[in-house]
Amino acid sequence: MATIAPQDELLDAPLRVDLYRTMVLIRTYEERIRQEYHADKTPGFDIGKGKVPGEMHLAAGQEPVAAGACAHLRPSDAVTATHRPHHLAIAHGVDLDRMTAEIFGRDGGLGHGRGGHMHLFDPAVHFSCSGIIAEGLPPALGQAFAFRRRGTDDVAVAVTGEGAANQGAFHESLNLAALWRLPVVFVVEDNDWGISVPRSASTAVADNALRAAGYGMPGERIEDNDVEGVYRAAGRAVARARAGDGPSLLEVHTLRLWGHFEGDPQSYRPGLATLDEADPIPRYRRRLLEEGVLDEGRVEAIAAEAAGRVGRAVEAALASPEPDPATATAYVFA
Amino acid sequence: MTLVDQPAPAAGAAPPRRLTMAKAMVEGIAEEMERDPSVFYLGEDVGAYGGIFGSTTGLLEQFGPERVLDTPISETAFMGLATGAAVEGMRPVVELMFADFFGVCMDQIYNHMAKIHFESGGHVKVPVVLTTAVGGGYSDAAQHSQCLWGTFAHLPGMKVVIPSNPADAKGLMIAAIRDDNPVVYLFHKGAMGLAWMSKTKRALGDVPAGAYETPIGTAAVARPGRDVTIATVSLSVHHALDVADELAADGVDAEVLDLRSLVPLDREAILESVGRTRRLVVVDEDYHSFGMSGEVVATVAEHDLDLLAAPPVRVAVPDVPIPYSRGLEQAVLPTPERIADAVRRVLG
Ligand SMILES: Cc1ncc(C[n+]2csc(CCOP(=O)(O)OP(=O)(O)O)c2C)c(N)n1
Repeated sequence: MATIAPQDELLDAPLRVDLYRTMVLIRTYEERIRQEYHADKTPGFDIGKGKVPGEMHLAAGQEPVAAGACAHLRPSDAVTATHRPHHLAIAHGVDLDRMTAEIFGRDGGLGHGRGGHMHLFDPAVHFSCSGIIAEGLPPALGQAFAFRRRGTDDVAVAVTGEGAANQGAFHESLNLAALWRLPVVFVVEDNDWGISVPRSASTAVADNALRAAGYGMPGERIEDNDVEGVYRAAGRAVARARAGDGPSLLEVHTLRLWGHFEGDPQSYRPGLATLDEADPIPRYRRRLLEEGVLDEGRVEAIAAEAAGRVGRAVEAALASPEPDPATATAYVFA
Repeated sequence: MTLVDQPAPAAGAAPPRRLTMAKAMVEGIAEEMERDPSVFYLGEDVGAYGGIFGSTTGLLEQFGPERVLDTPISETAFMGLATGAAVEGMRPVVELMFADFFGVCMDQIYNHMAKIHFESGGHVKVPVVLTTAVGGGYSDAAQHSQCLWGTFAHLPGMKVVIPSNPADAKGLMIAAIRDDNPVVYLFHKGAMGLAWMSKTKRALGDVPAGAYETPIGTAAVARPGRDVTIATVSLSVHHALDVADELAADGVDAEVLDLRSLVPLDREAILESVGRTRRLVVVDEDYHSFGMSGEVVATVAEHDLDLLAAPPVRVAVPDVPIPYSRGLEQAVLPTPERIADAVRRVLG
């Protein structure tokens, strides 16, 4: 477990490279899924067609949240994610081959093709997600409760978008977690948009971290989609939870680089043309290059390593058979 | 019961146009909003986006943000807001983006919107229209593919309407807005005629111009036939009509009964049709047990156990959540293949 450097100290170089590597792996994955998703939906765009049908919510731009927060976790910690779960799954070490097979609807997938991309469950690393807004939070409380009852110092990290912070389940969960001092870290990914609704039109306060005070827990907002800022803040929150001091709330101002879902025309969204300038990955790369933490050779090696890993995952997924339709009613009961 | 009979357009009125179900639905809302200033529309992404499934396209531009409101993702709050505004005499149309999401706001729906009229001894009216998207077939998995109309219909106090075609989409919308009761209006994504979803040819249809009501609680014979009644709703009406066309080549004359409303249910139409054909297939994209298909069969059994010449057959989603993977999903949905098999079975 890496120790957390004080705010004014640089993080260790190997740690910074790890954060970068995780972000690159996530982006490489999302780009490949995007490509596979669209490959056979033409002419036009038919959501039900192709190797990867259905809705697809990708997390390009939000890598700093996943990389920074999950760097503090071990496989025995829980992460609950949303309809946009891939970045968190990857950063928390979900089995990439089986996750990919699930996204391709294959029998070798995490859920034997039943769940799909919004319903990834990997009990080996206590990972889950839900397509219902804010409804992934309450189960995280239960996981945290179970950890404490068992006497471990494991924690549960519960992630939502800023749109979800206006849902009843969000507020109920904050209160209960604080009341019972559960080892939970709430993370709000503020990507400015809930589908087509800008944050200013959905939320009465400018900063969700302010809401933490209403529930008697520390709250912190991380600006600039800064992976190191996330890493430091998450370190404090995770340490507090492990120590038995209760939950914290973090909000990260992040970026939805692409549409809400693939196929989203985004005609409601201003500033599309310059969005790439805010991409956190090239920005972090430039910084690490400037500071001599990375060199061009290393950058290329990291990219190649990610491409290889993602390529193997997609190959493994495609090699897995389709589920047998005769088994369509399986798994309803244990 | 009516026989797909839209009211004849008034003399001199513009002839019907071919519209998608989405466009017809919007037209019904827009005409009522023009006529009645107490009508307003609220929900998620119903403004600039125009509704994820095209249920509000153009309404924001036409009526402005005071009457077409994007809400936060706070279904309990805005569902209850619709109820309260209705209690004060407004006529809200409130959209729940997917029926699957009712869990986060069901108390406002079934304990408040649906019960206040009763609890007040008839003194308070709650004229809310709750619009919501239903249905699967495009691999949107277990939390975004359900129909769930049987659940709304099971709970007293809400009318439940389910248009299958553009003309009914408009007429039922107008009737729902003018109704003094809560009306749940369920539209199937696959029947809306969306550019980005595979379309059925029946998603486009003639829609009369101007205001008309499709009476709530009346079924329609979508295709008359002598040999078997296929009773169904929503996208399954399209499948049933396709199957009926296909079976006609084998000399089978199937009647397709589009129930259109579950509450009130046009039981007379069911009995009248089955009384003639004496064979019944019920097709329901909702779950098999404790739902619409059982209710239709019970309607017949309670009336006359001898009405049927063969046991009825139900084609519904076996009691399993909707799977993601295409082959699995197709295995559980009431596909044309399953409907055709059921018709052959009931004909012996
Ligand atoms: C209870 C519920 N309401 C609505 C939706 C539809 N929906 C899916 S994602 C989304 C926007 C979520 O915004 P946010 O929480 O900010 O997350 P983001 O998509 O930006 O990652 C909405 C409204 C849903 N899935 N569940």
